[in-house]
Amino acid sequence: MDIGIDLPLLWAAIIGFGLMMYVIMDGFDLGIGILFPFVPDESDRDTMVNTVAPVWDGNETWLVLGGAGLLAAFPLAYSVILSAVYLPIIAMLLGLILRGVAFEFRFKADAAHKQIWDKTFIGGSYVATFSQGVVLGAFINGFEVADRAYAGGALDWLTPFSIFSGFGLIIAYALLGATWLNLKTEGSLQQRMRELTKPVAIALLATIAIVSLWTPLTHPDIASRWFSFPNIVFFSPVPILVVAATLAILWTTSRRDTHAAPFILALILIFLGYSGLGISLWPNILPPSISIWDAAAPPQSLGFTLVGALFTIPFVLVYTAWAYHVFRGKVKAGEGYH
Amino acid sequence: MITTVSALSAFELARIQFGFTVSFHIIFPAITIGLGTYLVVLEGLWLATKKVVYRDLYHFWSKAFAINFGMGVVSGVVMAYQFGTNWSHFTAFAGGVTGPLLTYEVLTAFFLEAGFLGVMLFGWNKVGPGLHFFATIMVSLGTLVSANWILASNSWMQTPAGFQVIDGRVVPVDWLAVILNPSFPYRLAHMVIASQLAVGLFVGASAAWHLLRGRSTPAIRTMFSMAMWLIAVLAPIQILAGDQHGLNTLKYQPAKIAAIEGHWQNTPGESVPLILFGWPDMAAETTRFAVEVPYLGSLILTHELNGHIPGLKEFPPGDRPNSTIIFWTFRLMVGLGLLMLALGLWSLWLRWKHDLFSSQLFLRAALLMGPTGLLAILAGWLTTEIGRQPWVVYGVMRTADAVSNHSVLALSTTLAAFVIVYFAVFGTGIVYILKVVAQGPDEGGGGHQPDADVDPHLRPARPLSAVEEKIDASAFPAPQGE
Ligand code: HDD
Ligand code: HEM
Ligand code: HEM
Repeated sequence: MDIGIDLPLLWAAIIGFGLMMYVIMDGFDLGIGILFPFVPDESDRDTMVNTVAPVWDGNETWLVLGGAGLLAAFPLAYSVILSAVYLPIIAMLLGLILRGVAFEFRFKADAAHKQIWDKTFIGGSYVATFSQGVVLGAFINGFEVADRAYAGGALDWLTPFSIFSGFGLIIAYALLGATWLNLKTEGSLQQRMRELTKPVAIALLATIAIVSLWTPLTHPDIASRWFSFPNIVFFSPVPILVVAATLAILWTTSRRDTHAAPFILALILIFLGYSGLGISLWPNILPPSISIWDAAAPPQSLGFTLVGALFTIPFVLVYTAWAYHVFRGKVKAGEGYH
Repeated sequence: MITTVSALSAFELARIQFGFTVSFHIIFPAITIGLGTYLVVLEGLWLATKKVVYRDLYHFWSKAFAINFGMGVVSGVVMAYQFGTNWSHFTAFAGGVTGPLLTYEVLTAFFLEAGFLGVMLFGWNKVGPGLHFFATIMVSLGTLVSANWILASNSWMQTPAGFQVIDGRVVPVDWLAVILNPSFPYRLAHMVIASQLAVGLFVGASAAWHLLRGRSTPAIRTMFSMAMWLIAVLAPIQILAGDQHGLNTLKYQPAKIAAIEGHWQNTPGESVPLILFGWPDMAAETTRFAVEVPYLGSLILTHELNGHIPGLKEFPPGDRPNSTIIFWTFRLMVGLGLLMLALGLWSLWLRWKHDLFSSQLFLRAALLMGPTGLLAILAGWLTTEIGRQPWVVYGVMRTADAVSNHSVLALSTTLAAFVIVYFAVFGTGIVYILKVVAQGPDEGGGGHQPDADVDPHLRPARPLSAVEEKIDASAFPAPQGE
């Protein structure tokens, strides 16, 4: 079934795209749970949740697509990664369950129980985000593979670097959440989000700087990739763009009349970080040494699934855009659902 | 507790964990599939007849649908990841088949449901009646498409076809044969009918609950009558479908049938009895205390008086599924199926006598039968899955070779976490569904108009948000009759 298409490459692109959709979309709604502790007022909290209520569900479907796509296209990577990071993955799933139901139950509960569901919502959001960051850190660190199976220990994922990237992802999602709420709310809540955006943006810049030093220092292969000619010529604008985007976020949030700009800039920032990660690891799907071609499913599987993916993903994007369109505009306090 | 946990191996714990989470999950999809169809029927009848009972019942049951759907999604996400966390050698080996099937499920079913669910639950006054009906149909179609793909995957593991093993992994060579594998049509039919029956029994029981409290309103009577028709029609069909399914299993998984029937040794040419009850003893290789009916075994499974069915001794001990368990789970399913048949016949008799809504005995029976559909589904799945052992892909890969290499400590910790979270979270949700059902439909259009005066731009599209009752408030209405 050689049809002259590099199927693993296409699949890596589709999964990369799906995961990026997930990071961006579930990123800002997980960010809302992360920001909850900083907004004690109940009616503000209701408004915050109402801004994502219409789209939350679809957002999570991208995570399922990412998982299923990885299983279909790179079963080896799927089985090795999920058994290597077993504990953080289970923690993430439990966090997503708790937060998913708490999100709803808090509106149905009476005052006393609402407190409990609020705490569950916060806890679930932090646990899910932190676990995703840990998985990301463990992924960059790489996995021990022998005989087409994971050969490391149960706690190999637990390193200072992965813990750091767990906290880093919390900051990144908090920035997405704060700038999203700046776009979707008004009045004192919006003002509060503007205040929060500044320290969070600076913290994220610091995090990116630390990761950018830490990664090449501990991974010589990534370092040589970064600093060899001509790669360095292509990479050098990335740090400059990151700093520029952060400054632009700080500048636009300090002006009263900007609503969408900080959010768009935050998306750009996340995209830069994501693509930086992609460049550093390419073409490995199981760092440090197993490439997308080594881990690919048989061409019969890749081709069969590709047809479905190429045919349906455009429809999915249309639905999604439509849903966001229907629920566009500011969400006011006391509106939405109770 | 500590001692039982430490007595289990990592392999057994991984199985218990998968079995526990999937058993919780399957309850929600079964209700989603059945209720989805029911809602299509209700809305179609409302559009065709303009009788308000149908509209009221539609709004009423879409509340339960919404809560249930939300729980189906979060428990399903866990399932999609457990193939990798718990069965990594299985996915590395067979991911080339199961992965594409799951991806197709996401692309063609999950996104379809997500796309139309918002309009279905919140768009009653937002879009025209035709478009709204279309949305309901699409969501319901999505649930059936989903069942189609996941059962294709599961059936392939039961009766694998259309593949070769090359370089130590499964390579699909004929996708049509993979999907339309020998047991798939039977499993799909049996499972989809099971979902409809389970919902029919549940709807019937909730109507009976209200009728027993003297709440004999048009909407309650309508839903009771519809549910009883459904059971009367589908229970016999399900039994026929199960019979055909069993013949198929005899052909492709004879060891499973031998274990289900508790047969150890049968002589060709001699008739095989049906063991009604007994205690299959795996170690002693015999079924103790057997109560037998002569000829019936041959008759049911071969449709001949002296047909031959292999006994368990024809298979090496290492290839035998646990007969003690599946002998009983199977009898539980079949027994409940026969009770459903009886309930259906009884309802026809009472209907003929114009006593359907007033026979207290019958209403109590219908109430008691409420959870039996879901019970039979669980029993059926346990039979199917445990009967496939020791294989994960029948005859191709053993379950013991499929499991990931986790420690007992890691698995018991996560299992405990799953058990606590699932019971707390899904327990609350199930109680909540029951409370919504106990409130009964709002009749005559006066009361609940889901979204009459909310700004459409602010209306949430999340499933659970369609439900507006307070959870902790005491929602059970005071009994009105009795
Ligand atoms: C697409 C695949 C698939 C589907 C649709 C199901 N299962 Fe399954 N099941 C598996 C794939 C699987 C598996 C991954 O293959 C397991 C793990 C070990 C094994 O042999 O099969 C399994 C094991 C397994 C076990 C443990 C059996 C044992 O260890 O003896 C139970 C109790 C269930 N399943 C129950 C269910 C239920 C209630 C289902 C209804 C939804 C279900 N399974 C659907
Ligand atoms: C072990 C196998 C299974 C896996 C891995 C699995 C996976 C999933 C996942 C990931 C979801 C959530 C999708 C979303 O985000 O919208 C889901 C929901 C669903 N699943 Fe399963 N599932 C399994 C068994 C089954 C079976 C046997 C059926 C049907 C017979 C089924 C039918 C459905 C349906 C209809 C939904 C839609 C949501 C709902 O019903 O509440 N699943 N499943
Ligand atoms: C009373 C007559 C019935 C018979 C003879 C029957 C027969 C069977 C058989 C032979 C299997 C397959 C086991 C295997 O080979 O893997 C099965 C599975 C199953 N049964 Fe039944 N069954 C009956 C009633 C029911 C009822 C009433 C329900 C639910 C409402 C039900 C739900 C299921 C389910 C969910 C499965 C697992 C999925 C599958 O393999 O199809 N059955 N049944």
